[in-house]
Amino acid sequence: MLRFAALISVCLMLAAPSSAQQADAPIQQLIQSQSDLILKSSRRSIGPAIDALANSGLPEAQVVLDKWQTREMWVNEETGLFVYAEEIDRDTLRIFDFADGSEIGVVSDDGFDQIKPNSGIRGLIGTALVQFQLSDPNPETRQRALDAIERGAEESHLAALRASLASETDETILARKKRLERLLTIAYGATNQERIEAIQSFGGDLGVDVRAALNPLLAVRVEAAETLPEADDIGRVLEPGSEVLSRDEAYELLVRADLAKPRISLEDQRNALIENISDGQVAGIQVAMLDSQSARDMAYAALADQGTVTPVATEAEVDERLANHVFYERYIGAPPEVVVAAQLALKSIENKVALNQTFDLSLDALSLASIYFLAAIGLAITFGVMGVINMAHGEFIMMGAYTGYVVQLFIPDYTLSILVAIPLAFAVTFGAGVAMERLVIRWLYHRPLETLLATFGISIALQQIAKNIFGTQARPLTAPGWLDGSLVINDIVSISYIRIAIFVLALLFLALFLFVMNRTRLGLEVRAVTQNPRMAASMGINPDKINMLTFGFGSGIAGIAGVAIGLYAKVTSEMGSDYIVQSFMTVVVGGVGNIWGTLLGATMVGFLQKGIEWFNPSNTLAAQTYMILFIILFIQFRPKGIIALKGRAAEA
Amino acid sequence: MTEVALPRRQPFALRFPSVMVFLAILALFTVGVTILSEGFGIGVISTSFVKTLGKTLCLCLVALAMDLVWGYCGILSLGHMAFFGLGGYAIGMWLMYARTEIIVLESLAAAPLPPTPQEVSDGIATQIFGVVGASEFPPIWAFAHSLPLQLAAVVIVPGLLALVFGWLAFRSRVTGVYLSILTQAMTLALSLHLFQNDSGLRGNNGLSGLQNLPGLSEVPQSIVSMWFFWGSALALALGYILCAWVVSGKFGSVIRAIRDDEARVRFLGYPVETFKLVIFTLTAVIAGIAGALYYPQAGIINPAEIAPIASIYLAVWVAIGGRGRLYGAVIGAAFVSLLSTWFTGGQAPDINLGFYTISWVDWWTVLLGLSFVGVTLFAPKGIGGLVDILIDQKSPNRHGADLGPDQGALREQEADK
Repeated sequence: MLRFAALISVCLMLAAPSSAQQADAPIQQLIQSQSDLILKSSRRSIGPAIDALANSGLPEAQVVLDKWQTREMWVNEETGLFVYAEEIDRDTLRIFDFADGSEIGVVSDDGFDQIKPNSGIRGLIGTALVQFQLSDPNPETRQRALDAIERGAEESHLAALRASLASETDETILARKKRLERLLTIAYGATNQERIEAIQSFGGDLGVDVRAALNPLLAVRVEAAETLPEADDIGRVLEPGSEVLSRDEAYELLVRADLAKPRISLEDQRNALIENISDGQVAGIQVAMLDSQSARDMAYAALADQGTVTPVATEAEVDERLANHVFYERYIGAPPEVVVAAQLALKSIENKVALNQTFDLSLDALSLASIYFLAAIGLAITFGVMGVINMAHGEFIMMGAYTGYVVQLFIPDYTLSILVAIPLAFAVTFGAGVAMERLVIRWLYHRPLETLLATFGISIALQQIAKNIFGTQARPLTAPGWLDGSLVINDIVSISYIRIAIFVLALLFLALFLFVMNRTRLGLEVRAVTQNPRMAASMGINPDKINMLTFGFGSGIAGIAGVAIGLYAKVTSEMGSDYIVQSFMTVVVGGVGNIWGTLLGATMVGFLQKGIEWFNPSNTLAAQTYMILFIILFIQFRPKGIIALKGRAAEA
Repeated sequence: MTEVALPRRQPFALRFPSVMVFLAILALFTVGVTILSEGFGIGVISTSFVKTLGKTLCLCLVALAMDLVWGYCGILSLGHMAFFGLGGYAIGMWLMYARTEIIVLESLAAAPLPPTPQEVSDGIATQIFGVVGASEFPPIWAFAHSLPLQLAAVVIVPGLLALVFGWLAFRSRVTGVYLSILTQAMTLALSLHLFQNDSGLRGNNGLSGLQNLPGLSEVPQSIVSMWFFWGSALALALGYILCAWVVSGKFGSVIRAIRDDEARVRFLGYPVETFKLVIFTLTAVIAGIAGALYYPQAGIINPAEIAPIASIYLAVWVAIGGRGRLYGAVIGAAFVSLLSTWFTGGQAPDINLGFYTISWVDWWTVLLGLSFVGVTLFAPKGIGGLVDILIDQKSPNRHGADLGPDQGALREQEADK
């Protein structure tokens, strides 16, 4: 019974909405005055309506624009009054009055039409809203308004931005507003003086936004004339046939300016000739004769003489026209004084950018060098110290990386899994290295070429086994969250944390190597055995054991390097072979048997590759090719590497 | 002064019976395949298998070159498959150009106007380089229209590369593993270069359609394959005779001595670098010719064929066959590559272990790798060693010492007299 009563009351309410709406409020009247345009809702004609609202000075105008933009404005079909509304469900609205934001009531949506502005109109409304948002009490709204201006600045924004400066309380937002105000002044400043001052205030600023604001000022249009005009908005003089202006483009320019006869493309010429074939002849020339370009030119000229086709310029005419005209750039982006200021500012910015880019490139090169060093340090032990060519070294790196991948399958926490994976990778590859040394390498200590081939056999077997187990697709080895992102120094220089981590790891390895080789008993014995195994054996050192441990140590380090490289690149069964030649190069270039040499070698290879890439950024393959060629030549002139061992150690 | 009567030298054939045996077997094999082929015989052997056999003969030829440079001269070159590939590219350029030219001329013949030379050239360039987004001939195609010039390139390009590289490397006395790594780097650089689209050789698409001989489109592949088979057999025979001749005389003794003890040969007054350079260049040329015969049978060549791993496989074949004996290289290349085709072609029966099925397509490489380790460790003579057992040839007892101090020197077990 009670429910029934409630139902009735709802029905009553729906039937008779409260009529408390203030039809004569100024805002409502303003909307009414523009209602035709609003209801028409066309992007082309909506401008005045939005302007009227935005410039009305009424505080409620912001709400209207806001609700309009978010499609929450409705119109009462009967009275023509505008309201904003929340949709309670498909058929029911809770409507509000624009005048004071008071709720009018809950009504059925039958009597109301939703105003649905299209995206173009919403964009216009958004622009108009910016001036309100710039002074909005909510700092986030202000930030968003600034974002909107940065995305698409307009002339009207400048005044709004200046007006909002005085009332700004937040320090960071104020700084941002001031910067944006100067940027907008560059583009829309009223006087040249004002613009030049704004430009000069950015001298040496690395921000991308500054360059984006300055570059349009330097926009040029290529023009042609018989003589170079005397004007101060003339830029460079261009030579037809140069890189900036090809001969075809230059001539096209003349044709468009009606300074020369048009040319005809070979394609069009051919079609014109085909159209004029009659009795197997074109203008009296046998079709069969037209198998060379000069014959076709002649035939076309003959046709032009007859008047059947439009005459076109011959090559000689083209040459003559091009020689008689001068081609130059005219600045169309800004008045000449502003252009000069912008050029100066850009020049100083470019110098600074170049400096920073060099620095950034060096960081890149350094991190590449660390990767090569990591890949090569195991080899520096097995190949450098022991003289064993291990072609399966790359596969030890791969085994380390796959160990990391398997660990991550079992331990979902990335930080913990990496901490577990590193010692485990060392253990796995240490074991593999010891097994390989015992089973294969020790029988071939004096036969490096056979070692090369046998370890190559192991390498292809290991690669194929990895392929059989893990499949051919790349497996991810995910870095912990705190290694995500990058250290951003400015808009140009940044380096990802993972590269920093690899760099640090490379330094750690260097320290570890130096410590083990110079400060431990194992290192002493290793050096003794590699220098003179018989003497070492007479001193009570077991060379077999030392060789085994050394090889295991080198392989284990390769395993850890594998984890690090896996974090940086994908884990595949072929990742080892990607590094093996470069690793050997690194060791050989640096000088066999010297860890500092390996360090220098890796640095050289890394910097060299990045340097070559800088000349030809789109082509890493070319960079690698040239780098290898360079190394081949380098070895011709320093066959023993950068740091060559001297004396007895060199013969051991 | 009295004339000292030198002992009359025996004829070549009698001094080297193995050459005659080899040539006889090769001739028998060629005749046999011809009789069994589809093109000229009773059709027991399919055309594709004839091509496989023809390709195998080319691989035997390049293995022969590898044996000469590694087994006889001690230079473990990991670059000979690059020379092989270069030969293939050289002939492939002509094949592709000439065939495309015919197609373009046919399509232009229907046009109302006779084509100008420029139109023909543009048409061919668009056909060939469309896949890499270019439509102009790169400079290295300047001679592609001419068969004689490209045939010369088959010999000159690998030869010149080997000459320059070898001169640089031998002059600065790079030997042993360093030389191997250096040749490997050269191979890697070359393949990386060819992988680029702007290398002018269609990047990683490579050259394709090489099995179709220009102007002979009506000749069936069963006949063409036999022509190439005969060509390959002839090249192998000539190559074998050439290699046998090179290693037989005084020259051969010098290069074997360089292999075992380079320093001693140098102190005896021989220009070691020149000898090495001659061998290195000669083998590169042989490899180039082998490649030029191989790729028209394969039908396609791309930079992956030049990757360093291919050259290492070449060393593997020679080692498995037995280095330092010419027939060993041939046996190794034929045996391993045919076995490889059999296993990877999915013809080998899988082994079901109950819990796991060994599929040879996946596990053949593992078996090859490990058997290679086994050969290196336990049977340095390779398959060729079986011949020694057959003719009861004993190895010398050198108390475990190698034939010389150099890295390429033969091991005691490998020495044959």
